[in-house]
Amino acid sequence: MIRANDLILRTTTILIAFILFGFSIYLFLAGHSAPGGGFIGGLMTAAAIVLMYMAYGYEAMKKIIPVNYQNLITIGLAIAVLTSIGSFVFGEPFLSQTFEYFHLPVLGEKELATALLFDLGVYLTVIGVTMTIILSIASDR
Amino acid sequence: MNNISEITHQLLIITTDICIAVISISIIMLLYRVIKGPTNPDRAVALDAIGINLMALVGLVAVLLVTTQLNDVILLTGILLFIGTIAIAKFLEKGVIIDRELD
Repeated sequence: MIRANDLILRTTTILIAFILFGFSIYLFLAGHSAPGGGFIGGLMTAAAIVLMYMAYGYEAMKKIIPVNYQNLITIGLAIAVLTSIGSFVFGEPFLSQTFEYFHLPVLGEKELATALLFDLGVYLTVIGVTMTIILSIASDR
Repeated sequence: MNNISEITHQLLIITTDICIAVISISIIMLLYRVIKGPTNPDRAVALDAIGINLMALVGLVAVLLVTTQLNDVILLTGILLFIGTIAIAKFLEKGVIIDRELD
């Protein structure tokens, strides 16, 4: 079989993967007061990675993103459990959360909540699970 | 002044309703192409067009419900549509979606 020429797909992927990563980060951070959150943000990041896999192939992507996605599941679950246990330090029940208003340099007065740290765990776990499923099916011969 | 505002509001609702009806007819016609289509690329293109019509439909429903919460859904539909269409196209052309070896 002659080698296929994927020039248009690859050039488009370079542009669109950036937009997808930006949109996923936006969804992840917007989850507190708008539609979004860790789950859909993680799914969008996984969609961007899958798009890059489709354009560039398995071996090239293993060099570009040298991440073991099974480890990502472990790290995400550990972050979720540790932030939940962290409420014991302050003498509060499991999974308690709090928020505080900070004055950030560029963004101004913002509310930072500890729920974002739990959401980070959800985000990493969703990326890990999705990529593990897709790559296990794709590399099945 | 209040009368003009009321008329504009009615006009907007009527126009949105007409647009929703037209897009629904368009989706039904595309469904005919998905079911009847002689080859698989016909079905892939028809499904792509159905997705674009769904994006328009979500936008019109957002106008009707007077909300901005659905804007993310439109962008999300477009992105998933793009990735799905590329996956179908790669499968039809090569038989695999994710290439194993580096060329």
